[in-house]
Amino acid sequence: MKDEINCTELENLTRFLIALGDDSVIYSHRLSEWCSNGPYLEEDIALTNVALDYTGRARLFYQYAAKLEDNGKTEDDIAYLRTEREFTNLLIHELPINDFAFTMLRQYFMDVFYCLYLQALSGSKDESLSAIATKALKESHYHLKRSEPWIKLLAQGTDESRQRILRAQAELENFTGELFLMETWEVQLVDQGIAVDRSLIQLEWERQVSAFLAESNIQFTQTQLQVSGGRCGIHTEHLGHLLSEMQYLQRTYPGMKW
Amino acid sequence: MVKRSISEKRISVATPQFAKRKSHRESSKHQAVWSLLDEICDPELPGISIWDLGILVDVVRQDSRWTISIMSTYSGCPAVDSIGQDIAELMMRRGYEDTTVKFVLAPAWSTEMISPEGLDSLREMKIAPPDKDNRVECPVCQGSNTRLLSQFGSTACKALYQCQDCLESFDYFKCF
Ligand SMILES: [Zn+2]
Repeated sequence: MKDEINCTELENLTRFLIALGDDSVIYSHRLSEWCSNGPYLEEDIALTNVALDYTGRARLFYQYAAKLEDNGKTEDDIAYLRTEREFTNLLIHELPINDFAFTMLRQYFMDVFYCLYLQALSGSKDESLSAIATKALKESHYHLKRSEPWIKLLAQGTDESRQRILRAQAELENFTGELFLMETWEVQLVDQGIAVDRSLIQLEWERQVSAFLAESNIQFTQTQLQVSGGRCGIHTEHLGHLLSEMQYLQRTYPGMKW
Repeated sequence: MVKRSISEKRISVATPQFAKRKSHRESSKHQAVWSLLDEICDPELPGISIWDLGILVDVVRQDSRWTISIMSTYSGCPAVDSIGQDIAELMMRRGYEDTTVKFVLAPAWSTEMISPEGLDSLREMKIAPPDKDNRVECPVCQGSNTRLLSQFGSTACKALYQCQDCLESFDYFKCF
């Protein structure tokens, strides 16, 4: 009986690590699409540096998952050799970069979310998870220092930039709710003090986001229409295209190394 | 406008975090290996050893096996893998054949772990050292009238600033 419990526990933890890794690697790939397309050089560098931070996180989550699975698979197998339905990232991470306003508003939503989420996760009973969260949290605090002024600038800038922020908000509102949903296995991890109860973060996230957007005279409303399914491998039409590009090298030249 | 003469030298002070690292190093039985590892630099900051940067954590020996622990600055820092390789190669060349490099996650790296010598080396490389209150001083003319150009510079650990007095743009090592 005891072994059985440990077995599910281990399976849940691995699943959780891969899900968090998927969130990070998919988001990182989206940000990296700005490389050489940024509005100007400094911003180009900033976007790709943030992407790099997320790749770093993904690697830490995947490496830890690979260590627990202990079946000879590496972080690269997890990132490059799974199919669309096997990826369990929350959908907001996979949405196309769209225009700069959309990219920055999503970044802002992500930054506020990760500052809260990683702060809570740093108190995880799992030591490695807590260490990864503590490290990544510092990075998200820094990212937020960049996304906040951008949102203000765009929302209070020209008619065009404000329109674009509003358009981005209308689209993103449908996907932010999923950040606070959990599958049964994640709830089990919460009960064990390993994962974080996402629903407890939601109120604070909404409070911070609404207060900040109100400064630019934007009303934030969590819409009733909330798209979800990412954690079960049900994705938007966009993920397949992303993967075909991200996994191209490993699929074409299996086993290729740096 | 406050300008200081270039001859006036900044004095770098040791932080409590660095003092803790230093006393750990000094209490180690493997002084020769610690000194040897001072030869390893961050490839993106040539001139600053991994010890001075604060990422060399520990040297442990078990029988003939050596374990060198290091940490990364930022989680996505691409330099950390190559630093691991550099350590393994150097150890091998100097006769410590059975060496493992271990990457540790906790405690998270912070700029508070940088040695006073490391801060001095940053200044010599014309990189403004981290400052808790983000008072960024121009590393060329020491002027304090500087402005942020970009929150990210040539690497994840730096931001780009410009001096309003001498107009030089320079890297600022982010306080992290
Ligand atoms: Zn100057």
